[in-house]
Amino acid sequence: MPIVIRNGRVIDPASATDCIADVSIADGRIVEVGPEVAAPGAEVFDATGLVVAPGFIDMHVHLREPGFEHAETIESGARAAAAGGFTSVCAMPNTKPVNDSATVTSYIVERARRLAPVNVFPIGAITKGSAGEELAAIGAMKAAGAVAISDDGLPVMNARVMRRAMEFARSYDLPIIQHCEDLNLSAGGDMHEGARSVRWGLRGIPAASEDAMVARDLVLAELTGARYHVAHVSTRNAVAMVDYARRHGLPVTCEAAPHHFSLTDEDMVAYDSDYKMKPPLRSVRDRTALVEGIAAGAVTAIATDHAPHPGSEKMQEFERCPFGIIGLETALGLALDRLVHSGKITLTRLVELFTTGPESIMRLGRGTLAPDAPADITIFSTELSWTYDVNQSFSRSRNSPFHARTFRGGPVATIVNGEFAWRRE
Amino acid sequence: MIVNLFYEASTRTRTSFEIAAKRLGADAVSITAAGSSVSKGESLVDTLNTLAAMRPDAIVMRHAASGAPHFLARHLPTPIINAGDGAHEHPTQALLDARTILDRRPSLEGLRVAIIGDIAHSRVARSNVHLLAKFGAAIVLCGPASLLPAELAQLAPGVSLTTDIREAIRDADVIMMLRVQLERQHEASFPASEYFRFYGLQLEHLDLARPDAIVMHPGPINRGRELSSEVADFQRSVILNQVENGIAVRMAVLERVIG
Repeated sequence: MPIVIRNGRVIDPASATDCIADVSIADGRIVEVGPEVAAPGAEVFDATGLVVAPGFIDMHVHLREPGFEHAETIESGARAAAAGGFTSVCAMPNTKPVNDSATVTSYIVERARRLAPVNVFPIGAITKGSAGEELAAIGAMKAAGAVAISDDGLPVMNARVMRRAMEFARSYDLPIIQHCEDLNLSAGGDMHEGARSVRWGLRGIPAASEDAMVARDLVLAELTGARYHVAHVSTRNAVAMVDYARRHGLPVTCEAAPHHFSLTDEDMVAYDSDYKMKPPLRSVRDRTALVEGIAAGAVTAIATDHAPHPGSEKMQEFERCPFGIIGLETALGLALDRLVHSGKITLTRLVELFTTGPESIMRLGRGTLAPDAPADITIFSTELSWTYDVNQSFSRSRNSPFHARTFRGGPVATIVNGEFAWRRE
Repeated sequence: MIVNLFYEASTRTRTSFEIAAKRLGADAVSITAAGSSVSKGESLVDTLNTLAAMRPDAIVMRHAASGAPHFLARHLPTPIINAGDGAHEHPTQALLDARTILDRRPSLEGLRVAIIGDIAHSRVARSNVHLLAKFGAAIVLCGPASLLPAELAQLAPGVSLTTDIREAIRDADVIMMLRVQLERQHEASFPASEYFRFYGLQLEHLDLARPDAIVMHPGPINRGRELSSEVADFQRSVILNQVENGIAVRMAVLERVIG
C-alpha cells in the first residue's frame, strides 16, 4: 500500500534538503518529496513536529546467527534495529561458523530475507575462521552478498596478512574494516588502563593498543590504496591519525559508537559487566576528542557495535564476562542527547552520521530520499521523552548500561522498502 | 554461622577468620574451591545463592577475581566480608596492619610508611593506602617500574612513588614488604633474577630508616626474595604480631557485621 508522510521536517543530506514537506512512497520506492504531495489512496502518516530522514544505516552489528542464537538471532536483532530507527544493518562475521565462506554469507542473506524486518548486509571475514592467518574466500563472499570484510572482535595481527588482505579488498572494491587492538599490548585487559583500572585492581587495555594498530594500518593503507575503515574508534590519537590520513587524501574512515561518545571509564559502575566492551570506555580526554572528531568530520559514521550476550555470560566475575553491550535501540537517543542537544553538531550532521556517512563507506545504494531510491525512511522526534526499559527490548539479550535512562528524542517509526517495520506504540 | 569461602589458597587468613568466629562463639564452616561444586563448573552466583539459602549470618570470601565480592553483594542478601579479591583489596589486612602500627605508635598521622614490592598486583598495598591515607600517613610506594603504574599516585592524598628502594626507606617509620606474587604475573614484567638485589630488603637498608622503624609483611614471606632472612628475624620485625592482631581485628569485623 502506498504511504504518504505528511508535514514532517524532511532532512536529506544527500540532496541538501531541510524543509517541511511530504514524502510519498509506492512499490517500495520513494516517489516524491515536496509540499502537499498528491497521493490518492495512500496511508497517511502525520509527521507534524517530527523529522523525516533517509533510513538509518548501522554498519556494525553482531546478530550472532548462526551459532549463538541464545544471544541473538537475525530476526531478533533486526527487530531491535527497526525499533532503534535503523533500516539497514551490516552484520559482523564472528558467528559460529565464522562467515568466511559464500555458504555462510548466503545463509545469512537468505535468513534475513525471510525473517528480518530491516535490510541485513553480511560482512565477510578477512581470514579463515578470523584466525588471522589465511585469507578467506573474499571474492566468493562478495558474489554472495558480502559488502565489506572484517575480522571484527579480533584484529589482523600479522602485518603481512593485513597487507595482502588490503590488496584483495582493493581489487574487489570492498572496504576493509579493522578492529584495532594490538593484542600483545592489551593482553588480559578488562577495561581502559587508567586511574580507575589501577584503583579497582583490574588489568588495563592501554589506549596505545588501539593507537599502535591504527598507525600500522594507515601505513599499509597508503601502501595498498585500500579503502580502510577503523571500527569503533575510541582514542584521541586514533581519531587524530585517521583524520590526518584522510586529509592527505587516503580513502580511510572511522566510526564512533554511541557508548564511546557518551560514557568514560569514570562513568563505570564498579565490576558491572554492562560497562565492559572492546574498545573499553576511555578517558574523559578521549571522549572529548571523539566528540570533536564527530563534529569536525574526522568521524564518518555512528555505528553501534551492538553486541548481545545472554545474562548467564554477563553474570560472572568481571574478568570472566565477555566484552560488548547491545546498542541498537539507544543509539539515536544518545546521539541526540550527547551531540545535538548539547550543541556539538547540527541535526543535519546527525542525519549524515547515520545515513550518507555509512553509505559512503559501505555503498549499499541507500541513505537518500531521492526519487526511485529504496523507500527506507526513519521518522524520529527530537523532543519525545521516553525511558529505555531493556527488559522490553526486541533483542534477546539485556546487556545495556542505559537501562532506565530517560531520553529526549528518539525513533518514532521505521519504514523499510516501503513498509512500516516498526512504529512506536 | 559463618561460611568461609576460599577460592584461592590461603592458610593464615582463612585460619584467622575461623579462629575469630570460634572465639566469638559462632560456628564456622570453611569451603575451598577444590573439592566443592566449584570444581564441577557451577557459576559463582549459583554457588553463593546455594550457600545463602542455608542462611548463614555472613560469608567470608576470598577470590582471585577483583571485585568478585562486590559483584555478589549486589545480588545476594547475605553480608559478604572481603577476605581478599584479586589485585583489588584486602580490607582486614589493612585493619590489622593499622592495629599493629598503633601498638608501637600513638597515632598514624604524620607517619612515613614505605610499601615495597609488586604494588600493581597487591591488594594489601591498595587497602593500606586507603586506610593509612585517611589517617594522615605519608605513603611511599616502591617497586620495579613495570609494577608501579603512575596512576597509583591518584589512589589517595599523600601517596608518592619511587623505583629506588633507598629513597623509599629513608626516614620511614614503617617498612611494609610485599610478597612477589608470581601467580599474578601474566607476563615477565621484571627480571626475576635481579629482584632481590634491587628490591629485596636487607639489614643495611634499615640504617636509612628511622631508628625505631618497624618491618612488616603480610605473609607468607619468601626469605631471600623480597627480604633477607636476617630482616625476617630482625628484632623490630613485627610480622608475627600482625598475625596475632589479625584474629582480634577479624573478631571485631565479624562482631560489627553480625552483632
